[in-house]
Amino acid sequence: MNGIMEVLTTKIPLGEGVAWLVDTLTTRFSAQFRFVSDMLEGGIQALTWCLSALHPLVFIALCTALAWFIRKSKGVALACALGFLLLLNLGLWESMVQTLALIIAATLLSLTLGIPMGILNAHSRTAYFVTRPLLDLMQTIPAFVYLIPALMFFGLGEVPGVFATVVFAMPPVIRLTCLGIQQVPTERLEAGRAFGANWWQMLLKIEIPSAMPSILMGVNQTIMMALSMVVIAALIGAEGLGASVMRALAVVDVGMGFESGLGIVVLAMLLDRIVRPEKTPDGSS
Amino acid sequence: MNQGTDATAEKLCCRDVWKIFGKLPGGALGQLRNAPQRQHEIQTLPGCTVAVREADFSVREGELFVIMGLSGSGKSTLMRCLNGLIRPTWGEVFVDGRSLQAISAKQLRRLRQEKMAMVFQHFALLPHRTILDNVALGLELQGVSKKRRRAKALEALELVGLQGWERNHPVELSGGMQQRVGLARALAVDPQILLMDEPFSALDPLIRRQMQDEFLKLAAKVKKTIVFITHDLDEAIRLADRIAMMKDGRIVQMGTPEQIVLEPENDYVEEFVASVSRAKVITARHVMADPRPWTSRREEDPLAVLDRMKKEDLQCVFITDTDRRLLGVLTREEAARKIRGGSAPAGCNGVPAIGPDAPLSEVVEQAASSIHPTPVLDGRGRILGVVTRKRLLQEWKQDLEG
Ligand SMILES: Nc1ncnc2c1ncn2[C@@H]1O[C@H](COP(=O)(O)OP(=O)(O)OP(=O)(O)O)[C@@H](O)[C@H]1O
Ligand SMILES: [Mg+2]
Repeated sequence: MNGIMEVLTTKIPLGEGVAWLVDTLTTRFSAQFRFVSDMLEGGIQALTWCLSALHPLVFIALCTALAWFIRKSKGVALACALGFLLLLNLGLWESMVQTLALIIAATLLSLTLGIPMGILNAHSRTAYFVTRPLLDLMQTIPAFVYLIPALMFFGLGEVPGVFATVVFAMPPVIRLTCLGIQQVPTERLEAGRAFGANWWQMLLKIEIPSAMPSILMGVNQTIMMALSMVVIAALIGAEGLGASVMRALAVVDVGMGFESGLGIVVLAMLLDRIVRPEKTPDGSS
Repeated sequence: MNQGTDATAEKLCCRDVWKIFGKLPGGALGQLRNAPQRQHEIQTLPGCTVAVREADFSVREGELFVIMGLSGSGKSTLMRCLNGLIRPTWGEVFVDGRSLQAISAKQLRRLRQEKMAMVFQHFALLPHRTILDNVALGLELQGVSKKRRRAKALEALELVGLQGWERNHPVELSGGMQQRVGLARALAVDPQILLMDEPFSALDPLIRRQMQDEFLKLAAKVKKTIVFITHDLDEAIRLADRIAMMKDGRIVQMGTPEQIVLEPENDYVEEFVASVSRAKVITARHVMADPRPWTSRREEDPLAVLDRMKKEDLQCVFITDTDRRLLGVLTREEAARKIRGGSAPAGCNGVPAIGPDAPLSEVVEQAASSIHPTPVLDGRGRILGVVTRKRLLQEWKQDLEG
């Protein structure tokens, strides 16, 4: 009995294995990581610079116009203007811009990786079965856990923040793209095939347009997930609203904590209202 | 339409095509083929549906081939086999003599682009596209320039009576209008072969009739090969050159509309056609009687002719030459007069006659306008038969009863 227990409780070196893997990756591919890191860093800085170069009022006007253009709703446009004015008033402007840059970078990266992955998953059963557990893992492991390898790969700063955010925020867009494409009605696919569409034509003219509501929902989810990663990314040195929350926590300042938290909420609501799949004309949103 | 001489080419051809949905246990198909009496067993295999069994037919160029049958009898599945949307479990489909099973994916795509278009039972429009872009889909996939495909799509839309809707989206159209968009989409590519899965089912009777007329005109003009599915026997009779009746995946009878209606080969077909008015398919050929008692050679002795007329109670006979070509009609009075005058009865007056394929309505019209029975002539003026009023009335009675 004791013998069995001993065998059973002899620990499988799982953690050691992962640590070894990450170690090896960092040492073997340090040049590559450095390269990616530099690229990302440059991108984020450029983005931040662009966003902060705009006068806040110009920025607000542009965002309001954009909201109006996308949603065609006075309510959303007005909420957009008021929300940003509130952030400006609370003195959170600079943090907000940094956070926004981070979110935009992470979202763009998630989408450029996630949408093709979703398409691949929809078409290949193998890819689907390999990816599904990975996606579960990415979404459910506490975010703090993969901050550690992110730190080891990229050091402190914005880049590991973006990396961690992408890992956390990519699954929904993969899942929803895949779902959307799998759910395209057979008859529509048949229509394409019956008129002689090739693979790319099927994808671009039939599958993606049909799956668009679902893909947009994925984009929306990704943005929201990215935003929820912001505070955590602050732990490893990403600037922005999250960092303000952290500072408030460090000095136990309830007021400041509330204001920064509110800033995140306002930003989240605005982004959600602006980027959201609308009811499409076919009513099959 | 054209009854297709043997010279016209086979455009579409199915050779022993089977389609079974679901996962077949290994070897089941082979067993099935070797032991036809076990065929019912496969129906009971869990998760298996035999949608098409032993489909074996060909469609000639320019022919309008109608597939009929109850819901679930495998019509749509069979049609999808014809353009390769569904790969048959067994058997081969030939288009222009080329087997769909043997050509590459690329060749199949080209074949679909260039030769065949399909109208779907449930329309299958793309909701994110405007009506115009929906109609232009086939041309777009072929790589036709935007300007040209728009022009062609507009033309096709006009043909189905939907001009002015091109900027709308499918959801804004009624079912019948969407169906016509599906029709326009197929017509826009101007294919040699049209596969139409209940293309008029959602239309109201008025527009349906209009579309059928339009369609018949079109089919006659451009000589398209058409496979057409319908539930509506009247529609089938109106349009079809040939009809295939399906039951549980099998083609149970195939033939011209007259054959289907007048000579149903089994109870299923009989039941199916019971409701249809025979008058719709009946032609002069079906109601004409043997012409022999009614005809007389020009050389025949008038006394003998008059004698025969009296004996058989005929009011008149048709005079023919030695080649049985109709020359004229001779009534009893005329015969008697001629005998008194001493001359042989010769053909005189022009006799109203009809062709063997004249529909019943025409026969009735003709019969009503003449006191004599109506002779039926072939293309060279030879007498094939005679339609009497008695026979017409009998036919009518049968139709009323049946
Ligand atoms: N993709 C499929 N998977 C499994 N079974 C199918 C599939 N498509 C059709 N079937 C089955 O095949 C049979 C024939 O279907 P099909 O659609 O060809 O009928 P149909 O004659 O077109 O009927 P309707 O007049 O209602 O359109 C049905 O029993 C159906 O359940
Ligand atoms: Mg059908």
